[in-house]
Amino acid sequence: MSDKVLYVMYDDDEVLKNSAKQLVAKGVKISEVFSPFPIHGIDPIIGIKNTRLGIMAFLYGLTGLTLATVGMRYFMIVDWPMNIGGKPNFSYLDNMLAFIPITFEFTVMCAAHGMAITYLLRNKTLPGMPAQNPDPRTTDDKFVMEIRLSENNKVTEAELDGMLQEIGYLELDKKEIK
Amino acid sequence: MQKEAAIREPLILGHKTYHDVTEDVCRPIEDKAPKMWYILFGIALVIGLYGVGSILYLLGTGVGVWGLNKTIGWAWDITNFVWWVGIGHAGTLISAVLLLFRQKWRMAINRSAEAMTIFAVFMAGTFPLIHMGRLWVGYWVMPIPNQFGSLWVNFNSPLLWDVFAISTYLSVSLVFWYIGLIPDFATIRDRAKKPLAKKMYGILSFGWSGRAKHWNRFELVSLVLAGLATPLVFSVHSIVSFDFATSVIPGWHTTIFPPYFVAGAVFSGFAMVQTLILIMRKAMGLEAYIHTKHVEYMNIVIMVTGSIVGTAYITELFISWYSGVEYESYAFINRATGPYWWAYWSMMTCNVISPQLMWIRRLRRSLLFTFFISIVVNIGMWFERYVIIVTSIHRDYIPAAWSMHFPSHIDIAIYIGTIGLFFVFFLLFARYFPVLALNEVKTILKGSGQSYKESPDYHKHH
Repeated sequence: MSDKVLYVMYDDDEVLKNSAKQLVAKGVKISEVFSPFPIHGIDPIIGIKNTRLGIMAFLYGLTGLTLATVGMRYFMIVDWPMNIGGKPNFSYLDNMLAFIPITFEFTVMCAAHGMAITYLLRNKTLPGMPAQNPDPRTTDDKFVMEIRLSENNKVTEAELDGMLQEIGYLELDKKEIK
Repeated sequence: MQKEAAIREPLILGHKTYHDVTEDVCRPIEDKAPKMWYILFGIALVIGLYGVGSILYLLGTGVGVWGLNKTIGWAWDITNFVWWVGIGHAGTLISAVLLLFRQKWRMAINRSAEAMTIFAVFMAGTFPLIHMGRLWVGYWVMPIPNQFGSLWVNFNSPLLWDVFAISTYLSVSLVFWYIGLIPDFATIRDRAKKPLAKKMYGILSFGWSGRAKHWNRFELVSLVLAGLATPLVFSVHSIVSFDFATSVIPGWHTTIFPPYFVAGAVFSGFAMVQTLILIMRKAMGLEAYIHTKHVEYMNIVIMVTGSIVGTAYITELFISWYSGVEYESYAFINRATGPYWWAYWSMMTCNVISPQLMWIRRLRRSLLFTFFISIVVNIGMWFERYVIIVTSIHRDYIPAAWSMHFPSHIDIAIYIGTIGLFFVFFLLFARYFPVLALNEVKTILKGSGQSYKESPDYHKHH
């Protein structure tokens, strides 16, 4: 199915945000925004839900905590209990104080790395991936909205052009996608 | 966009646009390196290689080539380790703790401070590794099933806690740093003209495109990593201090150690950041982004942490007398008046007196004075570790075992060598990496930039 994509460029984040607000109010769906830095407040306007990576970080941390606890109990209490200066070595609870530093470190390590890896995978940003921004200037000082005609059945291309003329923009680029 | 009081000094001087920020940070990477860079790099490389050679000699011959003896079994090795780890505390503190406190001035310095942190922790990690003597069995510190039945590592030992603390700290700092670097690499990639540079920065930028959803995730990941890294910063040096605090040596087994070490680490870390940044801003023309106000903020941190360290020294001294324990009192009297008095008083002068000068506004805003003090502080912090380690053990319980420590030339060469290697890494970073979190700086341009603050509409709009 062929599709037409409109790339509407601005040179200011606030201006883009205002234009997006007006377009959305008129029932236009904006599929994507490309920007050199995070535009605060754009997400609810174009309908982007908050990420759930924070929950993942918590779960990874919980995994680390469990692994560290189970591991140290096995190494130090079950498999090879060492008698060091008569310190208790027959129960995990008695010996737990000495295990707190590593439990903490391991929890942090699993949470941080688990989240970072998930973040890169979800973004599909990995070594060697091709860049997908429509214009190289969007990593410098330009801000681009992407509008797909296939996602906007209620308005025609001509109507959309009219709206954009009225709202204003810096550059407009149209691309056919086959 | 955040509001900011008009009387607050702007964080970005001059009349910069978003594009100017990109230009200012990327130009030094795209242009040919100045001659000075090659000279410095050459010097650092020679010193670094001399250190590597000395390490190889040590590994081939044995730890006996250090100036250690039966009484003083720990000296420069662990001193250098703690010194480097301490220096490595500023980067993550700046990027994590200051992010949680929403301190916008961190954005100009966090990238280079984090790089400094990572390279410093590399150097720190070298010392325990080569101290093993047989480096190739270094993996024995990991709990890996083995042929000894399985004999596990001792999880009760602070030395093992160190293994986990340092490796977590290094790897989490590295991830934190790189996640922030990805969008900036993308900027360089999209500007690059030469095919090789385009390809390299293309790989480094992981195909970052700046989608709104990605930025949404980016912000949360930065925040959560900061939340995780903040207790990590405090835990790492606490654990390093446990190496001493959990022992039974008078002068070492002090409950005050963890907070005192953490404060000392931040103190020395910020001093190292000042040393590097004062040169870097000049050499790379970043005076508009890293200026007197940033230096002043960092000097205030140095003053506060320096005062904590000073208080800790005096508390330690007082408690050694107040405890009524003869051995404890002796350890401290010996520090101040024994054969290592010069090390003790160097430490006291550099660490207790010099940060107090920062109360004077003119001095803490003077770049030259700051540069001088930053070096003094790091000398003082090296002496602090030397004093704690060597003077506490050189007078053993039996006078027949009393001894002195004289560093061998290998001790000195490895220490100086790590400084060389550190600068090799840092110079490479300054040459090929964006030294300023340029895309993050753009987010504060309108709130804290000079031209926006001075414009007549600034107050109308907000």
